[in-house]
Amino acid sequence: MEYSLLDIFLSVLILFGGIFTFIGSLGLVRLRDFYSRLHGPTKATTLGVGSLLIASVIHFSTQETGLSLHELLITLFLFITAPVSAHLLSKAAIHLRVRSVAKLPAIIEETERSD
Amino acid sequence: MKIRLLPHPILTPVLAIVWILLSNGFTIGHLLLGLLLGWIIPIFTLRFWPDRIHIKRPLALLRFVGMLFHDILTANVAVAYYILRGSRRVTPGFVVVPLELESDFGISLLANTISLTPGTVSAWLDPERRHLVVHGLNVRNPEALVESIKQRYEAPLLEIFESC
Repeated sequence: MEYSLLDIFLSVLILFGGIFTFIGSLGLVRLRDFYSRLHGPTKATTLGVGSLLIASVIHFSTQETGLSLHELLITLFLFITAPVSAHLLSKAAIHLRVRSVAKLPAIIEETERSD
Repeated sequence: MKIRLLPHPILTPVLAIVWILLSNGFTIGHLLLGLLLGWIIPIFTLRFWPDRIHIKRPLALLRFVGMLFHDILTANVAVAYYILRGSRRVTPGFVVVPLELESDFGISLLANTISLTPGTVSAWLDPERRHLVVHGLNVRNPEALVESIKQRYEAPLLEIFESC
């Protein structure tokens, strides 16, 4: 079976995406506290999912069906929702005093105590 | 209350483009439907977005988005590197960023930007909206981190949305 250059390029993109998504998930195990673990899902996976989606755009756009760009929307929604959910999770964690390696800044202590 | 016919002129074309992407094919019908939705949705969601967004420097916005993409790429590689190298050698920490931005939209954009870029997640905003607490995955020099956030991200956002 023949493989075109495009197929190889797409495979590399998909592999690259898979590796980065995996590293993002690995962060959940490797990092020490809740706040550090938040970094995995917001970042390492962005690039992973990004390259998977680019591969999808190129693959389906080179088929007969014509240009396929709705993957861009997935990227857009991911970029909007990932930081928001991370922010809410960390806000909840601060409120619940989840154990943290780093010391919480004084401004949080003052405000939360007065609530 | 005066009902404005076009409360968010910027949102209309954006929603139309989203609609066309969602239908995954460009036709005149989808364009018209998209524009109609882009006109109606802002009217019904006016209570969530009471203030009109002013983009004062479109070119600066473009430059900001370009820089953001570059930073997201490096952020991903950096975080992947930290994870693989092991957590014993990184020093996580919180820093407090005093805010100059005043609009809700500007602050939320800044917070989102921080969460998407190198080793930082915006963690907490004080009720007066004067300080943003940021968690960094590897904070060696807290002052330098605050300074770089203010210069790299807050300054352009101030220029784009709140300059006169």
